[in-house]
Amino acid sequence: MADLTTDCAGIKSPNPFWIASGPPANTAYQVMRAFDAGWGGAVWKTIGEPIVNTSSRYGSVDLQNLRMMGLNNIELISDRPIEENLREIAEVKRRYPKHAVIASLMVESKREVWHEMVKRAEDAGADGLELNFGCPHGMSERGMGAAVGQVPEYTKLITSWVKEVARTPVLVKLTPNISDVTYMGVAAREGGADGISLINTINSIVGIDLDTLEPRPMVDGRSSHGGYCGPAVKPIALNMVSAIAKHPGIGIPISGIGGIATWQDAAEFLLLGASSLQVCTAVMHYGFRIVEDMIDGLANWMDAKGFPDLASVRGRSLGRVTDWGELNLNYKVVARIHAEKCIGCHLCYVACEDGAHQSIALAEGVKVPEVIEHKCVGCNLCMLVCPVPGCITMDEIPTGRAPQSWRAYQEALGKGIACELPGERPTH
Amino acid sequence: MICPAGNGTVAGDPVKNPAPRLDEATYERNFADINPRLTETAALAEASRCLFCYDAPCIRACPTAIDIPSFIRKIGTGNLRGSARTILEANVLGHSCARVCPVEVLCEGACVLNQEHKRPVAIGALQRVATDHVMDRGIQVLRAGRPNGRRVALIGAGPASLGCAAELARMGYACTLYERREVPGGLNTHGIAAYKMRASDGVREVDLVRSLGVDVRGGVEVGRDVTSAALWDASDAVFIGVGLGVTDSLGLPGEDLPGVVDAITFIDRLKNRPFRDVAVGRNVVVIGAGNTSVDAATQAKRLGAENVLVVYRRGPEDVSAYHYEFELAKTDGVVYVFYAQPARFVGRDGVEALECVRTETVLEGGRRQLKAIAGSEFQIPCDMAITAVGQKRHAGWLEATFPGIALDGGKVRIDAGGRTSVPKLYAGGDCVNGGKEVVNAVADGKAAARAIDADLGHPRG
Repeated sequence: MADLTTDCAGIKSPNPFWIASGPPANTAYQVMRAFDAGWGGAVWKTIGEPIVNTSSRYGSVDLQNLRMMGLNNIELISDRPIEENLREIAEVKRRYPKHAVIASLMVESKREVWHEMVKRAEDAGADGLELNFGCPHGMSERGMGAAVGQVPEYTKLITSWVKEVARTPVLVKLTPNISDVTYMGVAAREGGADGISLINTINSIVGIDLDTLEPRPMVDGRSSHGGYCGPAVKPIALNMVSAIAKHPGIGIPISGIGGIATWQDAAEFLLLGASSLQVCTAVMHYGFRIVEDMIDGLANWMDAKGFPDLASVRGRSLGRVTDWGELNLNYKVVARIHAEKCIGCHLCYVACEDGAHQSIALAEGVKVPEVIEHKCVGCNLCMLVCPVPGCITMDEIPTGRAPQSWRAYQEALGKGIACELPGERPTH
Repeated sequence: MICPAGNGTVAGDPVKNPAPRLDEATYERNFADINPRLTETAALAEASRCLFCYDAPCIRACPTAIDIPSFIRKIGTGNLRGSARTILEANVLGHSCARVCPVEVLCEGACVLNQEHKRPVAIGALQRVATDHVMDRGIQVLRAGRPNGRRVALIGAGPASLGCAAELARMGYACTLYERREVPGGLNTHGIAAYKMRASDGVREVDLVRSLGVDVRGGVEVGRDVTSAALWDASDAVFIGVGLGVTDSLGLPGEDLPGVVDAITFIDRLKNRPFRDVAVGRNVVVIGAGNTSVDAATQAKRLGAENVLVVYRRGPEDVSAYHYEFELAKTDGVVYVFYAQPARFVGRDGVEALECVRTETVLEGGRRQLKAIAGSEFQIPCDMAITAVGQKRHAGWLEATFPGIALDGGKVRIDAGGRTSVPKLYAGGDCVNGGKEVVNAVADGKAAARAIDADLGHPRG
């Protein structure tokens, strides 16, 4: 069985699954329940000067039957005293010495305040620190959280203050509410961070109640923008994780966060460079018990793929994430409808006809639509809308032309080398 | 069901040895909705299963061509009023069709999910969610058209005429329905098993059609209370939607004994009287194996009959009732006696037994033939016998009322637009097709309405 033991920037845990800093990691009681259920680590709900929260804090985006496809919150950091949180961290570490407990911190942007906080957290026994430079709501209005994480200079400066005194590994948690996350990644690296956690939640308004016209989550008739998370944000997180992982100026371990709910999600984050995985929304939805399948499924997949440990998975797909300009324009696929599987819903037809390239024909009274192969650009849309797995496949058509990217073409032109424009011209 | 020429009374009533009356709670339980309404959550879950097919097979399988994917999508978005409009614009009796349509052989049978070996979308149940929403709240989703000065008379107030009148009214025609019975609605108020739909649901639909300005006159028989000449004088076109009559006579000795009842009359009573006032025997024999037979047999059982036997001269593979109806009868404890051909009803002052003769199928000249086995007579003791062997056609009334009308075996001959052989005379529903579903009758009515509009052309001066 695959070895799931984890080392993320020097923070060790029996498996890569950590409870992310948030409501499920608010108390020792919860963290110990999480460890009993199988979680490898927990990033404590952010500790700082206690705040007061609003009543009504979460809003959900449901997709038909699926609840909480996206979740947002306007909850702030821990509302419990610093000393109470630290006492509980010590208690958890005493009882679970092999599990990772990471203290998430957010205090006033003053050097001595940060120094004091770091020392206290480490004295309590935290295995590492996570600097919350990402919280997008409430705290940012007070000059903390995303207000730090949105300015590279602040990110670098505060990270360096922490590193002046920290004895344990320091992770910097980044906000996605920026133009290019790698600027912040570089800043954290330059400040001396040992690792990067991302992504924090995305600024959002989840919706409006159409009876009362109040935005959600409603607080006495009003609302505020909140942090968006859950399955809906995973693609954004994957992109940002890969951007940090590929950036040559960063090169420090990544703790992946953002919509992870299953072992498949976990595997994708690992393949794009994550060393550990943080989960919050899925636990808020289903409880700590979900980790059993996450561990089991990940190990089974690794065994089936012949990956002995996490190091052999980490970043394995990164090389395949590239700039658009590097893609081979002489590669061609076309849709093939496998008639024996077709149930005749004609979604592929109308999708192509109205939403794509008019490359599928549907004769009157005929059950199975037909791909007009010479018009098909290979966009995938028909395959994506088809409800039957394997009914529409995208099959490669050899073009007989050598691979050529837009960048290579441009370079060739720049050098005055005559070459054919790659790809095919639309025929419509 | 609508019977302008029938005699309305049936020999053989009352039952000599009736089953004991049940208490009201038991009646209500026995006749409770066989397919209860989906909860809001269940409806959303079910609606989300619809793939929203393009050019969807379910639409093509619906005789009234309801845009099913659209009405389901609207349920999913919480637009129940719009959903009901989509349904009722295509089928004004969508409320009852949601309950009584044989969806297994129509829309749900065509659902593409069947091909993925998945349960089809519960289209009937979803349709009910939408129509119940507007019917329960009295929300008006259909509107009459601007009066165009044209008038149409419709004979019968069953599904065909209601479907035709609603379509015409929405185009601006003034419609008057003449119904022989006091209570209009036809099959929906008089003929559907009570556990599928109550008479009051049928009446509510008539009210929906009335709300479009349609004049529905109950207790008026054309040919008796009003002449066809008077109809022609007052109308630009006439539509016949008179349905079928009572059950065909078997022509057997003893058929007039008390306790021998026609299924149509029996079911009508169930629908329009308190259950305790409908006599049922302890031991009931039902003759015939179609859908009406199932309705009669299951409801006799639910009224308290101790034993209900269905007697059929052919075998189980020849049963003409829909599969799920046949299964329902068996689930209700109805016992089938196959290969038994009724020969006579036995009894003195009331039916005491049905004498049958055994039959067998033999191959003759390559064809299966049914033959009675000589000397195989046997008797089934019973207190009540219900005949369900097909309904009478109104040939005599049709020929007397509309001289020159072309009939085929008692059924009105029409073209695709419901045109009869008589100019400006249209027909649809059971009197044309010999007995199909409510949805077919509505579709016929719609087709005729469009033909009327095409034929009459521009509004009258």
